[in-house]
Amino acid sequence: MWKHVFLTAVASLALVATAACGDDGGNDSGGGTLTVITHDSFNISRELLEQFEKDNNVTVKLLPKGDAGAMLTSVILTKGNPEGDVVFGVDNTFLSRALEAGIFESYTSALIDKVPGDLREGIGDKVTPVDYGYVNLNYDIAALKKANLEPPKTLDELTDAKWKGKVVVENPASSSPGLAFLIATVDYFGADKYLDWWKKMRANGLVVVDGWETAYNTNFSWKGGQQPIVLSYATSPAFEQMYAEPAREDSPTGNILPPKGAFRQIEYVGVIHGTSHQKLARKFVDFLLSKAVQEDVPGQMAVYPVNKDAAVPPAFEKFSKVDVAPAKVAPADIAKNREKWIDEWTKAVLR
Amino acid sequence: MDEGRAPVAALTPGSPLPQGRARGRPRFAGAGPALLLLAAPGVFLALFLLYPLQGILRESFFREGTSLDDLHPLVDGTFYLERAWFTLWQAAASTALTLALALPCAWALARHDFPGKSLLVAVATVPFVLPTIVVAVAFTALLGPQGALNSFLQWAFNLDEPPVDLLNSIWIILMAHVFYNFAVAARIIAAYWAKLDPRMDDAAAVLGAGRVERFLRVTLPLLRPAVLAAASLVFLFCFTSFGVVLILGGSSYGTIETEIYRETVFLFRLPVAGVLALLQAAFTFLVMLVYARLAGTSPAGTFRGTVARRTSHGERWAAVAVLGAMLVLTLLPLGALVERSFHGAGGYTLEFYRALGENTRKQALFITPLTAVRNSLTFAGLTVLVAVPLGTVAAYGARRAGRAGPWVEAVLLLPLGVSAVTLGLGFLVTLDRPPLDLRGTWLLLVVAHTLVGYPFVARSVGAQLRGIDPRLREAAAVMGAGPLRVFVEVDLPLIWRGMAAGAVLAFAVSMGEFGATLLIARPEWATIPIAVFRYLGQPGALQYGQALAMSTILMAVTGAGFFLIDRLRYRELGTF
Repeated sequence: MWKHVFLTAVASLALVATAACGDDGGNDSGGGTLTVITHDSFNISRELLEQFEKDNNVTVKLLPKGDAGAMLTSVILTKGNPEGDVVFGVDNTFLSRALEAGIFESYTSALIDKVPGDLREGIGDKVTPVDYGYVNLNYDIAALKKANLEPPKTLDELTDAKWKGKVVVENPASSSPGLAFLIATVDYFGADKYLDWWKKMRANGLVVVDGWETAYNTNFSWKGGQQPIVLSYATSPAFEQMYAEPAREDSPTGNILPPKGAFRQIEYVGVIHGTSHQKLARKFVDFLLSKAVQEDVPGQMAVYPVNKDAAVPPAFEKFSKVDVAPAKVAPADIAKNREKWIDEWTKAVLR
Repeated sequence: MDEGRAPVAALTPGSPLPQGRARGRPRFAGAGPALLLLAAPGVFLALFLLYPLQGILRESFFREGTSLDDLHPLVDGTFYLERAWFTLWQAAASTALTLALALPCAWALARHDFPGKSLLVAVATVPFVLPTIVVAVAFTALLGPQGALNSFLQWAFNLDEPPVDLLNSIWIILMAHVFYNFAVAARIIAAYWAKLDPRMDDAAAVLGAGRVERFLRVTLPLLRPAVLAAASLVFLFCFTSFGVVLILGGSSYGTIETEIYRETVFLFRLPVAGVLALLQAAFTFLVMLVYARLAGTSPAGTFRGTVARRTSHGERWAAVAVLGAMLVLTLLPLGALVERSFHGAGGYTLEFYRALGENTRKQALFITPLTAVRNSLTFAGLTVLVAVPLGTVAAYGARRAGRAGPWVEAVLLLPLGVSAVTLGLGFLVTLDRPPLDLRGTWLLLVVAHTLVGYPFVARSVGAQLRGIDPRLREAAAVMGAGPLRVFVEVDLPLIWRGMAAGAVLAFAVSMGEFGATLLIARPEWATIPIAVFRYLGQPGALQYGQALAMSTILMAVTGAGFFLIDRLRYRELGTF
């Protein structure tokens, strides 16, 4: 008897489950659902999204999937039976892994001409850049002043004893900005010398933590931690001014931007291979490149728009201007050496 | 054979019932086959643990282009060996410290009644649900270079530099593990202790045993099932610790679990991650097996229906001291968080709470605090509803499985040893088509939370079951009670505390669950921890304050939940 009860229970569970997710199956002619997979830092203005839904008679379902790494891993693993139609948030440090796995359909947006050529390097016809940001060191203005220290002009300076124990970075084996900055140092010092700098930094009390949330919210002196220099983004000082409490005119933090000392992280959107919503998915890519969305993106995600017509918030100009060349590493080099650099770095800095 | 048992046997209070079975494995009156009881947990585990696991492992090991060379990083140097060793010893040290703190608390809770007891226990369990990053913020506020402790020491001793530097050290890892787990351990032990027959202790006292001797030779051996249950759970928690080690320890420390995450998500070396996940699960299984064998030799038949409370003056003061210390240790970090959630750069403010309810940036992925609270409570409620019956049935099944009991028990607790990221990805690759097309459904979230929640119920109820004198059931059966009546009249009153303790823990696990929720939840189901994490994901004082305000809400809601569950009474018997 009990056996029957359990079998019935399992069967009804399965039925409920099937019913619960049977909301798809719409087609491009309208009324369907377009599922957009993102990382959990993604956001967009509700009005813009609603306008897109109205214009195309479609419901957009946003599906955040953890951090960029977790998101990409899950998209690759579900390639045979994808969970969505579009994926946003693969960046140029991970792009090659996504391309190798063949998770995208080809698509080139008509708006791609609005994107400067150097942001389109190495992408082929599979993905479209949406935004970019700079990964670089930030400093706590008040803390440096109190310690009578001038913000460093080069990365070499940081191996000096006066910076002992004053720098926190993210682990490139577990964090996107960590990996981006590691790649920047490869260009800054050269592939044969970058490890020497990291080893000297290690000897100088470099603090390494798992991810940005930890580094910025607990280790950074601005938030009560120990280190006045943190690996973050060039837009962070602007955000600190824009979202200060109470409001303030200046920013409590500043950027350390020696030439080649920042990595330009570009985020892409791609149409997922095998989607039944080709047309809508492509429209969504165009939508992300449109001027309205591009001007929305900076305030939502603390990034710069790729569309050259899009304006950025005034605070970006004031506190987060990047007027030096970022590190330049060819996408092919990143693809070839990513794991090797991480391994070498881990051995030199953590073991 | 077992030293701890001699005094128990000698001190078992006089009883009109025959002593025949007291030493053997307890047998149930009218025992049905164990298989029947194990069917539900068995099906659940097969569908939602083993099936997803084989899916992701197959995907990891046999993907196109995978070869044996991919496993080379595992044997390249001693890195993973060191990580494994660290995982082991920090878990052992954390467990020992946690128990050292939990035992006195459990004693004070089990042997004393006072107003506000439920509230105290509720508060002390709150840390268990906090996201690690929030605990990290709390510890920084207290122990960081600009924290309360250092500010005080610098002021008191006129120092230029902060004297205490604990962040990113092994000490903070151990402290955090104790902070997270000691109330959980104290709950499990106290639930058992409260039911122990105090007359054994009295008898030992009459026979001339001192306090220490009585504790070591009477109480501790009697408490063994509960202490082992608590210890094994805490050990497992610390053994698979992810956030604490990753976030508080900094990158010089790592457990097998953190390495699985790195290998999977960042290095995409799935075969390496797969081997590590298997090793971790296998080791967990072994620990559970050893636990079950140890617990199996515990003295049985030590419960009484009611416990007379007689406490001396000195004892009462000791209890006050112990509980006071516990309250201070919990309240300091929690208080630091609450304080910060009201404290902006310009002094005290309600701004962060006000901002929580206002979608000023008009975000599509905005979640109001009310929705987050509702989501969290819904999932936690559903988890408790599924986990309590499932865990109770599982505990009975394991108890009745005879010689296979320890093995069954180890299998039942396996979910606690399986890497969250491995299992989460396993869900995505296996539960993706009919008849089990669960991706993107709320059911999957309940399943994930239940998987981690029901072992607590099983463990908690199992510990109580070991304490039931089989002669009670036999007596009931002799007097003509059917199996159901025996369960309702004999078992239920005795295991009720275990069920309640398990329910609280299942509720807590669900309220605090983060990793799996992040991977499988839809944005509209965002729970409070997810909302906290989203705010901490951006720079800006406002976002930081909002995260702390949201954390404060999490603490309040969970604390209230604990309090309510604790007050659920079964007839006259009931709470701590």
